[in-house]
Order: sequence, then C-alpha cells, then structure tokens
Amino acid sequence: MKALPPNSLPVLLTPTRPALEPLPAFTTFVQSRALAIILVGGFILSCGISAALSAGATQPQPSILDVLLKWAPLIGGGFLFNIAVSIASMAIGTLSGVLLGLGQISPSRPIAKISWFLTQFFRNSPWLVLLFFVMFLLPFELKLGSLTLPLPAWFKAIIGLALPVMANVAEIVRGGIKSIPFSQWESAESLAFSRRQILWQIILPQAFKRMIPPWMNLYAILTMATTLISVVGIQDSMTLTKAALVAEGRLDLYLPFYTMLLLMFFAYCYPIARLTQSLERRVAVKF
Amino acid sequence: MLGQPLIEIDHVEKSFHNTVVLRDISMKITKGECACIIGPSGSGKSTLLRCINALVPVSRGSIIVDGIQVNDPNLDKLALRRKVGIVFQQYNLFPHKTAIQNIAMAPINVLGRPKEESYERARQLLAKVKLSEKADAYPGELSGGQQQRVAIARSLAMNPLVMLFDEVTAALDPETKKEVLFTIRDLAAEGMTCILVTHEMGFASEVADHVYFTDGGMIVESGTPTDIFKAAQNDRTRAFLSQVL
Repeated sequence: MKALPPNSLPVLLTPTRPALEPLPAFTTFVQSRALAIILVGGFILSCGISAALSAGATQPQPSILDVLLKWAPLIGGGFLFNIAVSIASMAIGTLSGVLLGLGQISPSRPIAKISWFLTQFFRNSPWLVLLFFVMFLLPFELKLGSLTLPLPAWFKAIIGLALPVMANVAEIVRGGIKSIPFSQWESAESLAFSRRQILWQIILPQAFKRMIPPWMNLYAILTMATTLISVVGIQDSMTLTKAALVAEGRLDLYLPFYTMLLLMFFAYCYPIARLTQSLERRVAVKF
Repeated sequence: MLGQPLIEIDHVEKSFHNTVVLRDISMKITKGECACIIGPSGSGKSTLLRCINALVPVSRGSIIVDGIQVNDPNLDKLALRRKVGIVFQQYNLFPHKTAIQNIAMAPINVLGRPKEESYERARQLLAKVKLSEKADAYPGELSGGQQQRVAIARSLAMNPLVMLFDEVTAALDPETKKEVLFTIRDLAAEGMTCILVTHEMGFASEVADHVYFTDGGMIVESGTPTDIFKAAQNDRTRAFLSQVL
C-alpha cells in the first residue's frame, strides 16, 4: 500500500531546521541584555521626549509616570484578557487544526481534498477579515429548542482568531508528518502494522517533537494578533489604552502609553520565542 | 513439502508510469532455499523484492507466497506481511524506540502477543544477532552494522516464512559488513527461506542455492552459484561478473 507518496505535496513547513545557526550562550546573553536595555531605554526616552514636549504647558499636570501608574492596573487587566483570548483560541485552533492536518493525509480522497481546501482558505486569508467575517456571520444568540444561548462578542472573537490558527496548526501537523522519512512508513508496513498503528505509534511520536517549536511560534504570533479584537469593539488592552488616552486628553502621553503596551506583549512573547529557539536546537540535534 | 515452491513468481511485469522496471520475471523459490539476485543497479532487483511483500503492486503477472495470491486486488496485505520479512539497505529502525522495543513492538501490536513473552523472544533474538548488551540502546547509539542486525532481529520476531534482504550491506564498511553477512549465513544454514539482493558476489557464491542474474528488468541467467560464477553462458552475465569479481 502506497500510504504516502513521498513529496507528493510541497512541504511548506520544515520544522526541523532552526532558521538561524545556534548562537553561543555568551553572545545570546549579551544580545538579550542589549535588547532589554534598548527597550527600557526607549521607554524612558519616550517618557523624556513627552515630558519635554509638555514642558511648555501652562497648567500644572501630574507627571507622566504618575499617570502611567494610575492606568497600568486597568490596562494590565486588559492585557490578561488578551492572554485569555489567545489561550482559548489556541486551544480551539489546535484541536481543530490537528483534525484538519490529519484529514489532509487521509487515504480517503474527499476528506483529504476538503481538508486541504479548508486549510488553504483559512491560511491565506487576512486575520482581521476573518475576524470580521465571524463577528457578522455568527448570530448574537443561539436558539436550541427552548434554550437560548447568548453568543457574546468575545466568544465570537475567539472563534474568529481560532480559524487562522486552525489552518496553520493543520500545516504544522501535515509538515511534521511529511518530515518523517517515507522509509519509516515502508518498514512499518512490511512489519504488518496497520495504517492507523503506523501513524499513531511510529510517525506521530517522531513528528510531535518537530511540531512543538512551530506551534509555539504560532502561539506567540496569535498572542500579538489578539489586539485585532479591539477593532471589532472588544475591550482588550488596546481598547483600554485608547480609552485612557482619550480620558487624559494629553498628547504627550501617547508615546509612553503605547510603549508600555508594547512592553507588556514583549515581556510575554519574547520568552516564548527564546524557548522555541532552544527547543528547535534540541530537536535539530536529534536524528 | 520439500520441492513444493513457497514463492512462485510468474511472468511479473512492473512499470512506473512509462518506465518499465520489470519486464518478465519468473522464479520459483522452495522452502529452505536461499536465492541470490545479482545484477547491475537499476535492473529492478529491489522492486522485485518490494513486489513480493506488496509494498509495490505488480502491473502484470502473478506472485503466490505460501498460497496467498499477492496480485489479488482484495489481497489481505497484513496477512501476507506476517509471512514475509524484509530488511532494507538503510536499516529503517524506529529511532524513538530502543533496540529491544523495536523488536518487540510488532509482535505485541500486530500479533497481539503478551508483552512478557514478546520481550523474552526479543532478548533471544538479540542474543542470536549477538547484541544482547545493546537491548536498551537507541538506534542512534548503534553502529550501522549493529542497526542492521537489530533490523534483522526485528523482522525475525514476526516468525516469517521467508526473509527478503535488499542490499543490506551496501551502506556498511567491510568490517561491519561481515557481522551482518554472518548473521544472514547462519539464518540460511538454519533453513530459513531467504531471497537476497546483493552485490557481495563472494557471499552469494557461498550461501546461495540459486543465483539469478538480472539486467534490464529480466532474468538473463540463473543457476547454481557454480553455473553462474564459474561457467556463465550469457555474454552480459560474463561482462558484469568480470567487472565485479
């Protein structure tokens, strides 16, 4: 049985190879320190520039730092909401994406074709457009007989973001499976393993390691993309930052406020990126 | 049963798209026989082995393995493959499993044997290929020759009726080659039916009961090792042997 003709589809993802040569530990340390200095420095500088700009103001104003600290808990809360949305979207997107990815390598042609089409469709659509699409597609409540389930905007937003995640996870799964040499299928087949056994006992355990780094990478991208939900009117950290700026009505606050928001996301996503890199390196050494 | 063919290959043809790989192959392998297939690269030797265990479907002709019609469209592939073991040039061990797990995996999951029994049998097979001390090593920690011997043990664990060897020493250095060849020689001596595709002419003349010389998807000449290596009739055979001997 020719279960998987080798290279029948281009492998779009090659999760095995890290994009960059592994950096020596020392350089890495210096680099990340330099990065931190630049970011924090930029933050202080932005406060400074803003302070200088507002120096000519006639009325006495609270200092920029005081205003920032006043709003930080609210915006931080909004940021946690972004994280919650990212986790929920990732969970839904991963579950459906795994199914879609396995569907693409299904021996049943219709299933494979449909899975392929869905993957391509959602992978090649702008995330924001998909988000709008789902916001307007889903009703605000769902009637199941006598039961009426409300579909709040945040829930629809989670679904909207889960769609592109699903398609990308499907590609990660498919690419991971395809990255295992065909000879593994062949030798398992000749030991009379069934297709299902080969997939679950031989191919997926090997492919899993290779799927983790791109999956984490996708999660970091999703987390940053959750700010898109502010566009469809959900109160996330982005919306709250805007609201705070409107409430304060001071031009000199824009730079510090958005820098603060950037730093929150950076502080969350950068460690994920580092972890991904080190995992990639470890996976690459194997084999 | 002796004399009754275990494997009957009858006018088999195989082409991939427009490339004809096997033109007209017929052979009969009896139980306990060791057959060696020699010939230049690209003459379809590996394809023929893959046809026997239905990894590759034949285009025309018939193959019967112990009563199973391999070219039957309703072939029970799993039943066939329980009878036919194959060892590949590149070992193809499962890298995420230890040597002993590689061997015990198929008996447990495919044949449904109890774990204890399967591991016990795996240990015996490791001893047989002289790798008892490597039971818990991962394939990546073994040399090529050791990996190949584990691969042989893995196939044997299924208790096959026939073993196919597809250029199993081609990727090995002369020294490790010997370990593997000795293992195969012992198997053949024990009466295991073997079909070997090989470039080891010395080995073929030593262990084979029957030698087939293939070229261009056809069996050009066949006979006992003496017939082929000492008194080849065909010009093509002689030309090939003069290159390699």
